Amino acid sequence: MTEKKIRSLDDLRKLKEKTGDLTSARSEDDKVKIILGMGTCGIAAGAREIMNAVLKELETRKLHNVAVETTGCIGMCQNEPLLDVIRPGEPRITYCLVTPADVTRIISEHVVNGRIVQDKLFGRAD
Amino acid sequence: MLEDLSHHILDIAENGVNAGADEISISIDDSGDMLLLSVRDNGRGMTEETVKAVVNPFYTTRTERRVGLGLPFLKQLAELCGGVFSVSSEPGRGTQVTASFLKTSIDVPPLGDVPSTLMTLFIGYPGIAWKYIHRRNEKEFSADSVELREALGGGNVFLEPALALGVKEYIETNIDELYE
Repeated sequence: MTEKKIRSLDDLRKLKEKTGDLTSARSEDDKVKIILGMGTCGIAAGAREIMNAVLKELETRKLHNVAVETTGCIGMCQNEPLLDVIRPGEPRITYCLVTPADVTRIISEHVVNGRIVQDKLFGRAD
Repeated sequence: MLEDLSHHILDIAENGVNAGADEISISIDDSGDMLLLSVRDNGRGMTEETVKAVVNPFYTTRTERRVGLGLPFLKQLAELCGGVFSVSSEPGRGTQVTASFLKTSIDVPPLGDVPSTLMTLFIGYPGIAWKYIHRRNEKEFSADSVELREALGGGNVFLEPALALGVKEYIETNIDELYE
């Protein structure tokens, strides 16, 4: 059976009830951060599609301790889409030329298991 | 160049964020022969000289790079499509960017995935009151990030992927209905 599409604020409220209050369970410091470059260059390179892929992957894996953020152009436009992962207490890792398929790997390998995806690595900020 | 109008909307709306706005309104009017797009913010605004300069691709206030392509891209696109592009701004009051496109022009890009653009803005800039209004002939749909947040119980609800995707679907369904 296909689910009825969400079309009203009431439908959204029902979704909220079903989802429960999961966002407040952890403090900001315990969250893994995913940061996406969303400047003109990032957008042109497909950053918004990366955002979609990140949300879908987080939703599929029911990961609630991840905060997704965006940032502007950092001057490395030719390497966009850029995606940074910061696990609590660990250095900021930057991935470059990220595709939606890479998102699945980065989330399962790095966000969940803490293993850096070496072949997409751009740099590390300690 | 950016792929479609929804990518331009995302790009132009972020200018308002960078201008320190706390309220940004995006409107689309897809009635009649022209498609009208407008993005208005209540940020710090620009002087007359700056307004003239922003459509120059080699003007930017950023220091990371020496070009600013967002507005020039949109201006070029609107003019290529038989439309008009304008920026009006006042220091301390905010800025409004408007672009129109002749729908019969073969160069007019599709509207694209507006729901993904809005969701990205809601998630990326939770401190901003985002307002969206989409008109199509006699029909109209509007979305307001503050109202949506309240409906979902307050707080930064868009951080919960299931809710963010739910809001995206809500916007998608309602925009689709304008075209039925």
